[in-house]
Amino acid sequence: MTATAEPEVGKARLRKEDARLITGQTKWTDNIQLTGMLHMAVLRSPVAHARIRGIDCSRATAMPGVALVLTGEDFAAEQGSLPCAWPITEDMKSPPAPAMAVDQVNFAGEAVALVIADNAYRAADALAAIDVDYDELPVVLDLEEALKDQDLVHPDLGTNKCATWVFDSAEAGSGTDVEEAIASAEVVIERTFRQQRLIPSFIEPRSVVVDPSADMFTMWSATQIPHILRWMLAATTGIAEHKIRVIAPDVGGGFGGKLQVTPEELLCLLVARRMGRPVKWTESRTESMLSAHHGRDQIQKVTVSARRDGTVTGLKVELLADMGAYLRLVTPGIPILGAFMFNAIYKFPAYRFVCTNVFTNKTPTDAYRGAGRPEATFAIERMMDELAVELGMDPMKIREMNWIKHDEFPFTTVAGMTYDSGNYEAATARAMELFGYEELREEQERRRSSGDPVQLGIGISTYTEMCGLAPSRVLGALRYGAGGWETASIRMLPTGKVEVITGTSPHGQGHETVWSQIVADRLGVPFEDVEVLHGDTASAHRGMDSYGSRSLTVGGTALVHAADKVLAKARKLAAHMMECDEADVEFASGSFSVRGTSTVRTLSDVVLAAHVAHDLPEGMEPGMDADATFDPDNFSFPHGTHLCATEVDTETGRVRIRSYVAVDDVGTVVNPLIVDGQVHGGLAQGIAQALYEEAIHDETGTLTTATFADYLVPSADDLPSFLTARTATPATSNPLGVKGVGEAGTIASTPAVVNSVLDAVRHLGVRDIEMPLSPERVWTALQGGAADASTPAAGGLGSIDSQGGQS
Amino acid sequence: MHISVNVDGVTYADEVEPRLLLVHYLRERLGKTGTVVGCDTGNCGACTVHLDGHSVKSCQMFAVQANGHEVTTIEGLARDGKLHPVQEAFRSNHALQCGFCTPGMIMQAIDLLADEPDPDDETVRKGLEGNLCRCTGYQNIVRAVQDAAHRMRPGAGPKLEQHSDEHITAKQPVGGE
Amino acid sequence: MIPAEFRYLCPSTVDEAVRMLAEEGEDAKIIAGGQSLVPVLRMRLAAPTALIDLGGLTELTGVRDEGDSLLIGAMTTHYEVQRDHLIHDHALLLKLATDTVADPQVRHRGTFGGSLCHADPAGDLLAPALALDAVMIIAGPGGRREVPASEFFVDYFETALAPDEILIDVRVPKFTGWGAHYEKLNRVAQAWSIVAVAAAVQVRDGSIAAARVGLTNVGAGPVRAVDVESALVGQPATAEAISEAALRASTGDGYKDNLARVLTGRALTAAVAG
Repeated sequence: MTATAEPEVGKARLRKEDARLITGQTKWTDNIQLTGMLHMAVLRSPVAHARIRGIDCSRATAMPGVALVLTGEDFAAEQGSLPCAWPITEDMKSPPAPAMAVDQVNFAGEAVALVIADNAYRAADALAAIDVDYDELPVVLDLEEALKDQDLVHPDLGTNKCATWVFDSAEAGSGTDVEEAIASAEVVIERTFRQQRLIPSFIEPRSVVVDPSADMFTMWSATQIPHILRWMLAATTGIAEHKIRVIAPDVGGGFGGKLQVTPEELLCLLVARRMGRPVKWTESRTESMLSAHHGRDQIQKVTVSARRDGTVTGLKVELLADMGAYLRLVTPGIPILGAFMFNAIYKFPAYRFVCTNVFTNKTPTDAYRGAGRPEATFAIERMMDELAVELGMDPMKIREMNWIKHDEFPFTTVAGMTYDSGNYEAATARAMELFGYEELREEQERRRSSGDPVQLGIGISTYTEMCGLAPSRVLGALRYGAGGWETASIRMLPTGKVEVITGTSPHGQGHETVWSQIVADRLGVPFEDVEVLHGDTASAHRGMDSYGSRSLTVGGTALVHAADKVLAKARKLAAHMMECDEADVEFASGSFSVRGTSTVRTLSDVVLAAHVAHDLPEGMEPGMDADATFDPDNFSFPHGTHLCATEVDTETGRVRIRSYVAVDDVGTVVNPLIVDGQVHGGLAQGIAQALYEEAIHDETGTLTTATFADYLVPSADDLPSFLTARTATPATSNPLGVKGVGEAGTIASTPAVVNSVLDAVRHLGVRDIEMPLSPERVWTALQGGAADASTPAAGGLGSIDSQGGQS
Repeated sequence: MHISVNVDGVTYADEVEPRLLLVHYLRERLGKTGTVVGCDTGNCGACTVHLDGHSVKSCQMFAVQANGHEVTTIEGLARDGKLHPVQEAFRSNHALQCGFCTPGMIMQAIDLLADEPDPDDETVRKGLEGNLCRCTGYQNIVRAVQDAAHRMRPGAGPKLEQHSDEHITAKQPVGGE
Repeated sequence: MIPAEFRYLCPSTVDEAVRMLAEEGEDAKIIAGGQSLVPVLRMRLAAPTALIDLGGLTELTGVRDEGDSLLIGAMTTHYEVQRDHLIHDHALLLKLATDTVADPQVRHRGTFGGSLCHADPAGDLLAPALALDAVMIIAGPGGRREVPASEFFVDYFETALAPDEILIDVRVPKFTGWGAHYEKLNRVAQAWSIVAVAAAVQVRDGSIAAARVGLTNVGAGPVRAVDVESALVGQPATAEAISEAALRASTGDGYKDNLARVLTGRALTAAVAG
């Protein structure tokens, strides 16, 4: 029997992945043990900017168990430069990015030497015995200072300015001139926001194992991008691509943080080649925080012009984006992804976006959940509130009067995007109802008039995002170095079981479950009969991996197309088997039948017939496998309305989230359990940006938040319960109608929280508070002080100390 | 230094360096890779195991300190192919995504339920404050723990981990002497 | 992160521990629960040549009733303190502060004495120990000596313990029937206190007969808010009296000064109510 009674798509299937994850049977990269395996440890620069005068490895080399100690000089001839696949402009400045510093270090945490030893403990001992002589250089940390070019991160470039990227709606023909709009506006508001630097903080530290045996380099890596990694490793090292196999086994979270070709991956490969033995590197948390790429870090100057009635007339965005010391895989493009989202769901007639990318002596930035879009959404949703305040209007009303109405889709925006579907009214109505908006406004009024020390605020975020990265032609136009398609293969096994091979590479998203549901529905086979293979370039030979809420919209669609190819061929063979015209063959619930007769062949029968190939139609190849690659025509545009109520303790500055409602429209939902989970996790990260997290560098460029004691990832006790609900307008850009959900919660929630806190205390004279909204910053703002970056939010530092005693 | 430790019902005798962290002893020496390391400072809780029935962070103690004690890891929970109720509840409530924090989270949840057999939302959240999850936003974890509480009544926590004698003799040590 | 090598010693009596410490010299360290020490070792911020583990000294665990006071073994874990009936009945403030220490796993391993000796000014047990006039009982080569909490906490991470001494017990006078509260403000659940206030109040016939207030993380060590205490004694147990007295927790105008005042008010209010 192959029939499935009810559709799999839409069903809250429990995950296939969980059986191994809840029993400790998971295969993390660090679990891999190979015979003769050596361990790599990396010495990192404690200073942010220095010439390397010399490195003395003699003591380390002589230590027990140490096989080899290497410096950047030892690798200079073979390490090449780590790839940056997104040169956003023709004249973009791009410094060489060695995996290991050769003569100069440009951020604290950069690799300067490595030890190969027979175990990780001995490798760590030897690290402590390497002496590096640094000649310190002035550090460049502040974005605005950096632009003055007084001290240079990379003197050879002659400037700290990496590139300037411009979108102008008048030039693009998608709108009018924003300067004219501003000049003739009844109201103009201008604000500057700071997007603090964040650390992705995946819980599984990165790990790499390279096995150079068997005439092939096999690399296991805790990566989101095995396919891109293989390509880039070949391109960087000159090792033939077909001699590299990359496997992403179980990967413990990524959030963009594992969308990278890392120095350590390259170094492990080079060392394994040199030693002819397997090599493993697993990072410590502090290494991760120092050297894995960071996210966000922008200064946003935003100008909105409007009429007195609240209608917006223009939007000008001027960004400074911190690249850090080097351009990693997609570093320069991250802020550019935001360019198309600042206008959000609103009908701005004129728009100009200018982004200047800047080098500093800090850890490189790159993708972190949302990547460019949370920054954009934060800025515009803050601005809509600011405009409402300026005009004395209700913040929801002003959004409503400016957003795209549901009957205006498809709608081409001032940024040149065509939003295919959406219904902002519906999502908002649902959210307002669940939230109890009016009642909370009444309570807010009561607390205000009674002078309650705990004030209540309401924050709104009516967001959209662009997901499903990405149409290859658009990526080409943006000068990105690769395409945005995705591949799927279906292997029909002779017993009727199904193997699905996907080019996506999950790290917590549940692809094994969801892909099984899609195929089960399409082919009418049981959910349990589908096995999903991924994350190994030997089995999934082609793919563009997982990031940017793309896996389901692009990869899932490829899977649908592959299933349709299987069915198309099976239909031909079924007609042949049932001796009828193909046009008379019907397919339902896993079986072919001849219209108007009782003749039936199950898909399983047909697959077996194709496999044994005893009697195939003229010209038909044996087997029933199919491949498909899908290149989307358009992005997808999830949207939603998030409402946040916070209580602000005006005596201590402490913020407590009282309630949080998220209504998201992510199109068709394949698995509601997984969609809810993605939203919850996204909310946690977005709320964490608003309230808790910040990567702080001191004046010497040292990251002072390099442990989980100092970088405040919230625990269960620091987050509220969320109320989530959905509205659905299916995407028209793919057959499943799906839009993507991986980033929505993160993108939407940050401005909802900040708007809420400001709403609570604005009547007390507070205009803005920089993120994260620590108690001290909130309290300082309430005292009329500037709650800016000069008062770093106090972390949990200071309690790990060399004086540690009996404890 | 010579140590003898009972891990998941099997007694191991081993010679270890004093500085060997318990978690590395479990992972590297005994092959118990179900217990993982997520940080250096004891904040993330991914390495949580039970020592004599109470949750501890196995990256914050040395293997020598476990000498003569009983350790239970995530791999010692399921009995004869039957999952522990907390494991079941994590699966049924979609309380995990990437799953890296999950072993520690489950071990801590079991500990919590031993002290608080019927915890409310706040009690669960406080009880899990030493375990970081980056994927789930904790909502389904909280739900799973409460669901497990219902599944486990009466009796919970360390009691469930006590191994029968048959079990110990049936298993052969895979490491040590 | 991996600690440097060290030798590991496991004494079975206090005297043996003291002897070992003397023999090993200043580069040896005592390890109790290790919940602050192990991260320090892992990050190689310290590299002692030897660790002397008090884990085997069962004589140092548990709480004894000594008539007017309680004797708390230095190796009593936070978890044990939280659940001890004597502490609950006679030194409730210690229990309430201990409830907020770190997280459950750490409380299973971490010890009362270890926290006091670590002397982190942000640690939650210092201010209660100071406020309750705890006395440290210390063993050394010359025998036993006693040091009051007011003299024990010397500076950041520094106590009156000599390098060859070990804290073995803590004597805490009984505060039977006193109301108590520990009011803590931190950024996230696991973070150290920005400021916290430990308060114990004895209310008789609607008046405050006695009060103890200690402040966490406002200086190099715990701070006793004596001005607040004296302002309260003899006052009616009212919101007004408490607010008035709480203002004396600090005279500065910085954020922590403000917190000291606000949290003192809240701690006292809860202590009076409880």
